[in-house]
Amino acid sequence: MSVLTEPERPQAEPDNRAVVLRSWKAPIALAIFTVIAAGLFILGHREGTTRFQLSQGSDLIQLPAPELPTFATGIIITIVLALMTAFAFYRVQKYRRVPIWFIAVFAVLFMTGFLTWAAAGATVPVPGLLIGTVTLSVPLIFGAMGGVISERVGVVNVAIEGQLLAGAFSSAVIASATGNLYLGLLGAMVAGVLVSFVLAAFSIKYFVDQVIVGVVLNVLVIGLTSFFYSQVLTKDPGLLNTPPRFSRIEIPILGEIPILGPVLFEQTIIVYIMYVVVALVYFCLFHTKWGLRMRAVGEHPTAADTVGINVTGTRFWNVSLAGAIAGLGGAYFTLGAVGAFGKEMTAGAGFIALAAVIFGRWDPIRATLAALLFGFATNLQNVLGIIGSPVPSEFMLMLPYIVTIFAVAGLVGRSRGPAASGKPYIKA
Amino acid sequence: MSETTAEAEKAPVPATPSEPKDDQRWSQAMRDIVGGNAMISVLAVFLALVVGAVLIAFTDEQVQETAGYFFSRPGDMLGAVWQAVSGAYGALFQGSIYNFRRDGFLAGIKPLTDTLVYATPLIVAGLGVGLAFRVGMFNIGGRGQMLIAAAGAGWVGFALDLPPVLHLIVAVLVGIIGGAIWGGIVGLLKARTGAHEVIVTIMLNYVALYLISFLLRTPGALQAPGSNNPKTPAMKETAIFPDLLGPQYNLHAGFLTAIAATIFVWWLLNRSSLGFQFRAVGENPNAALVAGINVKNIYVYTMLIAGGLVGLAGVNQVLGTVTTGFSSGIDAGIGFDAITVALLGRSKPVGIFVAGVLFGAFKAGGFSMQAAEGIPIDIVLVVQSVIVLFIAAPPLVRAIFRLPTPGTAPRRQLPIVTKEVKAK
Repeated sequence: MSVLTEPERPQAEPDNRAVVLRSWKAPIALAIFTVIAAGLFILGHREGTTRFQLSQGSDLIQLPAPELPTFATGIIITIVLALMTAFAFYRVQKYRRVPIWFIAVFAVLFMTGFLTWAAAGATVPVPGLLIGTVTLSVPLIFGAMGGVISERVGVVNVAIEGQLLAGAFSSAVIASATGNLYLGLLGAMVAGVLVSFVLAAFSIKYFVDQVIVGVVLNVLVIGLTSFFYSQVLTKDPGLLNTPPRFSRIEIPILGEIPILGPVLFEQTIIVYIMYVVVALVYFCLFHTKWGLRMRAVGEHPTAADTVGINVTGTRFWNVSLAGAIAGLGGAYFTLGAVGAFGKEMTAGAGFIALAAVIFGRWDPIRATLAALLFGFATNLQNVLGIIGSPVPSEFMLMLPYIVTIFAVAGLVGRSRGPAASGKPYIKA
Repeated sequence: MSETTAEAEKAPVPATPSEPKDDQRWSQAMRDIVGGNAMISVLAVFLALVVGAVLIAFTDEQVQETAGYFFSRPGDMLGAVWQAVSGAYGALFQGSIYNFRRDGFLAGIKPLTDTLVYATPLIVAGLGVGLAFRVGMFNIGGRGQMLIAAAGAGWVGFALDLPPVLHLIVAVLVGIIGGAIWGGIVGLLKARTGAHEVIVTIMLNYVALYLISFLLRTPGALQAPGSNNPKTPAMKETAIFPDLLGPQYNLHAGFLTAIAATIFVWWLLNRSSLGFQFRAVGENPNAALVAGINVKNIYVYTMLIAGGLVGLAGVNQVLGTVTTGFSSGIDAGIGFDAITVALLGRSKPVGIFVAGVLFGAFKAGGFSMQAAEGIPIDIVLVVQSVIVLFIAAPPLVRAIFRLPTPGTAPRRQLPIVTKEVKAK
């Protein structure tokens, strides 16, 4: 027998069977939220009843407004959350996943408990909360779609902010000067595409770091729009900066669904375009030749090139398309919401859209949901500010950003982007 | 040696090896100078000023009026263009370097000292961003790091009672530590979880902004007592950077910290073992890992030092430039300007120093241009970003000016073969 043995391998060889990894992240996260719930709802004892207003006065079907006793509801919800957390631990113990719907139910319950607690002795206007959520999310969703397309094709799009701002500026000016809203929308798309052209030209042709180009483009667009705003727009605001606004269109039958009807189907045309864009991006990305080629270019450009896909062209035109979509989101700031253009009016929405892209793991539907979540957090802060909430509004505003940090740190779920995103393709 | 390494990551030079013969050597050297990086930087600044001039002329009312009858009297419009552009850039110069309208040299040179005041935070923040660049990281978190540092230094500055010199030192150190922590979070997350630093820094900017906004409106935290405004009380005399050239100039001792920081970063990158590891990781993290460098720790160290440097910019703002108390806009966009400074300076300490002074001059001059000529200071943002765009793409600048690519031999003249001879 030889004394020499094989050096011990530090890790066992992975076998061919599918290995189900135990991930304790989900139950631990649920446990943290349960502890927060217990701390707020039970220790942060608030008396009174909370009224949930479910219908607006103009709705066809009027729902009753349930009144929940604040403290009792808090206790019940905390207990349910604790049971759900225990169940999640049990699932993971048995090497099974925690289903996504389970986490969704947990989130809704937590949110209900939080609203009940925060609005003790007051009324929560649920339709207002949700309508505001959609309103605030629209530019984020457009921006996120632009980000998803651009990053899926392999170009990191930090310039979403610039595309939104350029879209807002040009749509306001064009719609104001011509009086035609649709020309304004077109102008927003063209402006977004122009920003994208610079991004694409520098990152694809000159191999400049895409993040650098994106950051610099944001500064450039802020500088240009602010300069023209101060120098040109303020001198003749009547002609150049009083665009008409889109009016709300109610879709006949869908608009009468309780709660969701007014939220989703009593909106401006930009919101309806958004529904179409999200559906189209999802469908085209995963079910068409165009989407397959695009994803191939983003994941492995060399392989895509080998099978005859024009990598440079695919990237260039898809980044341009992304700019057009993000530009539409910019138009919502002026033609959909505020009307007149203001300096730096996008106020970081592009960066939140970027966060939504990553939080949504580069998937159009998930990115949309992430954008809605961010819009909800922002609007929740607005609503609670009116009711008078015990939580400082700044912490509510911080929430989306902290959630995103947790997301990219892999605590909520691993987010991995397209493999070749951010890398220039230099043809050998 | 290190000076050459950073160049390698820029746009790929065509890999055609040149064999310089003796008689070609001089023309080769000439080509390297004309097409080299310093020349590109100068030309990029020039191009950006041209772009700015076009914008100024285009939006000038006098120019627009005279353009209406351009074809009958073109001289009017050209004159108006000249007046608008020379007026703007003249004001820019007088606001940033030397004011001829004041009496005597001592009064005339004041704009230059203003330039240095504006340059100070740009230089230190640019060093922080540039250092991270050298390690292959992207620090967009300047805003957050500055805010946290400003809050820390400002709190020490107005709330504590300490003897004169000690007070300043403690305030500066607390600020630097605040920035370092805010940056270090990013490094730690990148090292431990692989979170991309671009996203984390952008998000932390907002977290810091809201955190500081909250503290600024909370009595007992940062808010000035007896006030409802989200603003801190003024700094105590003992914690303020002393004036360098006397009370008639704004230049304060913070500029010395910028010089010290530049020397420190130069020493760190070029003369220290840690800096060597930084550069090795920046060149190729995999190779650095194989060579036995703990890459993850390097990421954390980098972001700690980078955050501290950017934090020093925040300290300079609250203890040097705006000593009457600050609000949440104290960062004044310097965190983002620092990125352009670092890019213009090509991430080298001395380059960043020069770039910081240049952008400081733009800022100082931009204000006087706004006051004197009514041209919005936003034009400075445009000029800065155009400079960086051109600097980032040397092939574009070379194409515009038809410059040769350095490192390549001049194209050999092909023997002229006329087709006509063959034609029958």
